Amino acid sequence: MGDTPQPPHDPSPHDGDMTLGQRAAVDAVLALHRARPGALLPILHGIQDALGWVPPAALPTVARALDLGRAEVHGVVSFYHHFRNTPPGRHVVRLCRAEACQALGARALEAHALRTLGVDWHGTSADGAVTLEPAYCLGNCGCGPSLLVDEDELHARVTPAAFDALVAEMRR
Amino acid sequence: MSVVAPPLRVYVSRDASALALGAEATARAIEVVARERGIAIDLVRTGSRGLFWLEPLVEVEVVAGGTATRVGYGPVAAGEVAGLFDAGFGNAGAHPARVGAIESLDWFARQDRLCFARVGTTDPLSVADYVAHGGYRGLHNALAMDGAGIVAAVTASGLRGRGGAAFPTGIKWKTVLDAPASADGAGSPAKYVVCNADEGDSGTFSDRMLMEGDPLCLVEGMTIAGVAVGATQGYIYLRSEYPHARRALEAAIANAYAAGWLGADIRGSGRRFDLEVRLGAGAYICGEETALLESLEGKRGQVRFKPPLPAIKGLFGRPTVVNNVISLASVPLILDRGADYYRDYGVGRSRGTLPIQLAGNLKRTGLVEKAFGTTLRELLYDYGGGSYSGRPIRAVQVGGPLGAYLPESQFDTPLDYEAFAAIGAMLGHGGIVAFDDSVDMLEQARYAMAFCAVESCGKCTPCRIGSTRGVEVLERIGAGIERAKNLALLDDLCETMRHGSLCALGGLTPDPVASALRHFGEDFAPSRGKV
Repeated sequence: MGDTPQPPHDPSPHDGDMTLGQRAAVDAVLALHRARPGALLPILHGIQDALGWVPPAALPTVARALDLGRAEVHGVVSFYHHFRNTPPGRHVVRLCRAEACQALGARALEAHALRTLGVDWHGTSADGAVTLEPAYCLGNCGCGPSLLVDEDELHARVTPAAFDALVAEMRR
Repeated sequence: MSVVAPPLRVYVSRDASALALGAEATARAIEVVARERGIAIDLVRTGSRGLFWLEPLVEVEVVAGGTATRVGYGPVAAGEVAGLFDAGFGNAGAHPARVGAIESLDWFARQDRLCFARVGTTDPLSVADYVAHGGYRGLHNALAMDGAGIVAAVTASGLRGRGGAAFPTGIKWKTVLDAPASADGAGSPAKYVVCNADEGDSGTFSDRMLMEGDPLCLVEGMTIAGVAVGATQGYIYLRSEYPHARRALEAAIANAYAAGWLGADIRGSGRRFDLEVRLGAGAYICGEETALLESLEGKRGQVRFKPPLPAIKGLFGRPTVVNNVISLASVPLILDRGADYYRDYGVGRSRGTLPIQLAGNLKRTGLVEKAFGTTLRELLYDYGGGSYSGRPIRAVQVGGPLGAYLPESQFDTPLDYEAFAAIGAMLGHGGIVAFDDSVDMLEQARYAMAFCAVESCGKCTPCRIGSTRGVEVLERIGAGIERAKNLALLDDLCETMRHGSLCALGGLTPDPVASALRHFGEDFAPSRGKV
């Protein structure tokens, strides 16, 4: 077998790069959604909901299941801000940067959050506790500044002090 | 046998904004204190009445002389719940937080709650509660009509698209009704109804409140649309930033199926309509209807060239009704009470009501549903109560991130599509964001360009490149670098984006920028770079 010609180096991820757990999750999501019309977004949501991110190594499997090109799938994943291609921290904080929150001090809150977590947008704090992501409106525009914790828990009238208290809780 | 008193009925909102203000903790405290004191309660979780400054709002049902009324207390933090029981709130007892009947508050009484009639008063997930409060009467009537008759009623009502573009809903429906049923005969649904629930405009939350507070109203509106145009499949394209709305919609849809209001044979009528929720993924552009359709098909949310219109060639190439949440949720009432009833509200060519959202730096924010014609000033001061910070209101952005910034001299403009167009502004989806005098309008203009750069789908050059260049030009103006030259360049850039962009994102981003410059020129003055 030693004389088998080697394929040219392909830097893109292979299915083999997925862990067993990731593979099981991706297979389960595909089984659930692949037959639906316009299945790609539901599949990507399913993967991110299960794993917290969409591992690039999963894309070839997804592409094959939907009979799409890898590039097409990559194009879709990278188009949407919601999908992550790296694993997040233990908690994800989505901070609203839009106008209604700006009118109530969101710019100062943003600066405070970035500084105290020591991250840039989409970054994770060094202790792995918090990933900070921007949101462009959480629909809580009457009671800003707003943030959403772990895609579920909405907070209103968030001051820098309230932000610190939330982060302290998440670090515990 | 002893007479058992009926349980005390208490209402607390499960609306996302109410929860963000502490409604969950308040609801739990009510259960705990009631249990401790041996008081039987029936806690109903509702949508929000839309008075955010009173959230968490607790309403209690008081029966007097055989009539049940609700008495409100708010805001009630969890720690104040025991005090509420001490005050005998079950008998409308006096308490500093008691505000009386919400319907009798001036803020509420002067509204025209048509679309939001049930929101905040019913259990959003209960089909029985929905029907008991007038739900499904519109669909019941529609099922006895032909498609052309339903479309004629919607047209006669004067309803225009509440997503922002204000296109007459009836005309859109008629185009889909008249379109040939199947383009390729492949066996998939011949036509579709798609609800645009990608409410991305900052300052807007009426879609969210409706979907959380009365999701069955949207379900009914979409079913009527399906029956009208001959579509058997509906999709609600919901933004991923709305997890609470997703839960409410999915539960409401499941309950509607169980009660026979969705599915293969709607209430024995022989008509079919299936409905499901699809999630967006954090792309503002997917609020543009053709980008939304691309996204629903599993693609990048890139804008399509028009024509063909989605009404002719929409989702999966089939004729498709694409309407905003509020447009669709206005339809049941029109079919229930008649087109005239709806059309009698409003002014000029803006008929019916608009759920207005008071947001940003205002004291009393929330949802004000009014017939068209109210002035901005009335909304900012009479309803909004002035700024939250107590400082003067300096600028107001109406209609989301693509809407113009308005100065005090334009506050007497009535809310009416044409009146706003006449001053170079737009009503959009009815969001009003107030800023006090600490706002830096050059920074707001820069943000408008930066937002466009982040959210551009990339298909057309004026939007994709122009927005990034716009950020740079505004930063140079802010730094006092070649000011006159850069202002001329900005003007030129805005013209190119306005006329050369494929859709409203690139085409309207110049509006907040140019209006900021026109009305708040002092923030762009040479002195600012030399501070």
